Amino acid sequence: MTNIHATAAEMASALSAKEISSVELTQQHLERIASVDGKIHAFLHIDNEGALAQAEAIDKKRAGGEKLSPLAGVPIAVKDILAQKGIPTTAGSKILEGWRPPYDSTVVAKLKAAGVVILGKTNMDEFAMGSSTENSAYGTTQNPWDLTRTPGGSSGGSAAAVAAFEAPLAIGTDTGGSIRQPAALTGIVGVKPTYGGVSRYGVIAYSSSLDQVGPFARTVLDTALLHEAIAGHDERDSTSINAPVPQVVSAAKRLDVKGMKIGVIKELSGSGFQAGVSARIAESLELLVAQGAEIVEVSCPNFEYALAAYYLIAPSEASSNLARFDSMRYGLRVGDDGSKGAEEVMSATREAGFGKEVKRRIILGTYALSSGYYDAYYGSAQKVRTLVKQDFDNAFAKVDVLVSPVTPTTAFKIGEKSNDPVAMYLSDIATIPVNMAGIGGMSLPVGLADEDGLPVGLQIMAPLMQDDRFYRVGGTLEAALLSKWGKPILSNAPDLAVK
Amino acid sequence: MTLDYAAATQKYEPTLGLEVHVELNTNSKMFCSCATEFGAEPNTQTCPVCLGLPGALPVVNGKAIESTILIGLALNCSIAPYSRFARKNYFYPDMPKNFQTSQYDEPICIDGYLDVEIETDEGPKVFRVEIERVHMEEDTGKSLHVGGSTGRIHGAEYSLLDYNRAGIPLVEIVTRIIPGTGKYAPQVARAYVTQLRDILRSLGVSDVKMEQGSLRCDANVSLAPIGSGLLGTRSETKNVNSLRSVERALTGEIERQANRLEAGERIIQETRHFLEESGLTRPGRSKEQAEDYRYFPEPDLVPVTPDAKWIEELRAKLPENPADRRKRLQKEWNVPDSEMNSLINAELVDVVEETIKLGAEPTRARTWWLGEISRLANEKEVAPTSLITTAFVAEIIALISSGDLTDKLARQVVEGVVNGEGSPKDVIEKRGLKVVSDDSALMVAIEAAISAQPDTAERIRGGNIPAAGALIGAVMKATGGQADAAKVRELLLKHLGQG
Repeated sequence: MTNIHATAAEMASALSAKEISSVELTQQHLERIASVDGKIHAFLHIDNEGALAQAEAIDKKRAGGEKLSPLAGVPIAVKDILAQKGIPTTAGSKILEGWRPPYDSTVVAKLKAAGVVILGKTNMDEFAMGSSTENSAYGTTQNPWDLTRTPGGSSGGSAAAVAAFEAPLAIGTDTGGSIRQPAALTGIVGVKPTYGGVSRYGVIAYSSSLDQVGPFARTVLDTALLHEAIAGHDERDSTSINAPVPQVVSAAKRLDVKGMKIGVIKELSGSGFQAGVSARIAESLELLVAQGAEIVEVSCPNFEYALAAYYLIAPSEASSNLARFDSMRYGLRVGDDGSKGAEEVMSATREAGFGKEVKRRIILGTYALSSGYYDAYYGSAQKVRTLVKQDFDNAFAKVDVLVSPVTPTTAFKIGEKSNDPVAMYLSDIATIPVNMAGIGGMSLPVGLADEDGLPVGLQIMAPLMQDDRFYRVGGTLEAALLSKWGKPILSNAPDLAVK
Repeated sequence: MTLDYAAATQKYEPTLGLEVHVELNTNSKMFCSCATEFGAEPNTQTCPVCLGLPGALPVVNGKAIESTILIGLALNCSIAPYSRFARKNYFYPDMPKNFQTSQYDEPICIDGYLDVEIETDEGPKVFRVEIERVHMEEDTGKSLHVGGSTGRIHGAEYSLLDYNRAGIPLVEIVTRIIPGTGKYAPQVARAYVTQLRDILRSLGVSDVKMEQGSLRCDANVSLAPIGSGLLGTRSETKNVNSLRSVERALTGEIERQANRLEAGERIIQETRHFLEESGLTRPGRSKEQAEDYRYFPEPDLVPVTPDAKWIEELRAKLPENPADRRKRLQKEWNVPDSEMNSLINAELVDVVEETIKLGAEPTRARTWWLGEISRLANEKEVAPTSLITTAFVAEIIALISSGDLTDKLARQVVEGVVNGEGSPKDVIEKRGLKVVSDDSALMVAIEAAISAQPDTAERIRGGNIPAAGALIGAVMKATGGQADAAKVRELLLKHLGQG
């Protein structure tokens, strides 16, 4: 008999051994959600009926002896930015309140085809713009480690759901760190695959050239299993890479880093990072050396411009991507009393429907793309992007993977940075370069900071389409940490269940 | 005192610029697989992509790229080895994404030309129209403004939106400025659009129906005092939906501008709408303040990088230039301009050429297609080519040439084939339409005619050959029209010693 604290791999094997049915497993998770989500607020929509119907269908197939996918029958939570047919999809925004997509995003379609049971849609910063879920139009998500703190963002709902055992797996999206940062802040594993590794079709666009869908789970292997289930070329996404999916599952199981060269990025260490974060990172590197890896320091001098360039490119693309929310075809419509023209109604709707941060970025992006400013802003930012890529290329010429802390600090208090956008933007300083270069990265929990007892994440980065490398390093380090600690990191988190 | 056109062009030199939009006839839209059929029920040819639903992504239609390259090659353009799409950002309800995906500073075809010939006072003269660019974009939806008196948005009670047209592939063909046409500017413009239409039709890439909007011309013109070497302020006339209108609109616009300049007024840079009834233009949107479209490269699409080998394959497939072909065929068939024009206007050049290739005698092929078959087509209000195949026409003409059918019988055969009675052979058999060619049977009839009109026979014997008509008529009557009149004549004259 399994339970919600098991890993997804354990749940999958219990299901395939028929020790538990998918309906039972799904029911357990729905009960957990009912019991703890009042405190966490990870979910925006819980699809009780749909999940149970899907679970029942999988159980029937299994009973009928059908060959099923590895994760068939295991539940999952999906970030509310992925279109799911008939299920409310808001991207955390009032402007999409009540919209039920008439189609499935490719990732949702793949999950359904693999028999993964979708429990519901998770909370997020509006249109993925934010690092704390405080920008959600539907309330903030709380960090299961400390309810007064944010779980990070923008995929904070997905991360919190996994950390709070409301789901063993979750889907997030990562434009500047929105999977890795909340994973780090909630003590779970999160991966931003190589850009183009997972289809973006049906993912409500924030910044098209940076957005990427990725997996959350509590172990490296679970993350790899989900990664494999959602990855691959999609004809409906021109930017998806037409190449075999990296062998991430076997890499996660390899548990060996002998001879691997691991580069520590000079510019992403030392001052500016919380002492407790730096200490856990240093210990992790020692463990990797003990496993036979070699540590090399590398320099990425252009990373210091990455954050500024990101806040030109992402808002520029967003200003165009979000233009479609105009009340003409779907979503919110404000002020249509019969006396106003279309332009006035569009304007009133956008005024009422978008939150402060979204408006800030639309204005920023509109300005950056304006004639006369384009070269200085968008043009320069694209040049920085090229330089950041070159830094990575130079570094990967010397090492197999690169590492850094995921975030400068552990989870911050709700409200602490919400009135200081620049301070909030800085929490993505270490994750943004990865998006700028289009490569993949993992956030792995490597312990708790001494100052506050909150989780610390190590970021492991690999070259384009070499995602298997960070699964190999992450899997090895995870095993070493587990044998050092004797228990999973999440066993240190408070038990949230009502007694 | 107002200037008429002749006076206007004696004083001012017009400079032209032409932008032609062509709807491609691909089966599916530019960025999705929706159908493109003209005149379907509103909003029945739409999907998440062309409706701009959140999350949907574009994928370039390969056929559209092929068609555009063919157009570029036919217009002597260079094909860019690397071109990109861009987003043109502006809000309008019939544009689902509130940006149009178009090519901007990196078009697929550049630097071409088209030589057009017109009749001048000094005889035929060739003008070279230089093509600046040929690029791809998507069409917008259509707005229907209901309730106002003008059908325009001002004063309308409400508007209806049809997105069937949204995303139809459009190719825009832009000329450089065309100087030096003098008073022939309107004719050069008309000849250019005509020849362009013929080329597009010969390439088979568009329906090129101006009245349905699949070929649209925006005519730019400016005036400057002759010999000044200056460029005046231009206006752009839209809504020009026939070849004749191109000429009329420019004539009217040149006259209007000349009179403004005469009156000491300045020309306002603006779009103007052509009014079919009056031949005048009315002012539209002012372009004095250039709108800022905030163009930037479309991040959802990868660059278009056509293979050089493929381009050469397409070049090899290019059909003969229609103007050259017309000259060649006219020479081969030895027909006057008037008949050639009739064939071109009736869109019968292709079928006539094909019918001749199948062995039909050229004069008969032209006569039958332009005559009897076109007459039947007019009656039925269909295209002549939809009535009968070239093979059947060639077969019927062969039977006429061999004397097996008379023209009169052949008309009945054509009628039978058109009515679905089968092949010409079937019709001949079923209707018993074989020419009476058996000499002995004819001789019986001839002798009967001679006995009935001995005086006439005597006059023929005496050398009055034209008198034979009466006897031939009698024989034809006796055989129910199934005899070959030429054959009857031959036998009759021989019998009466005149053969």
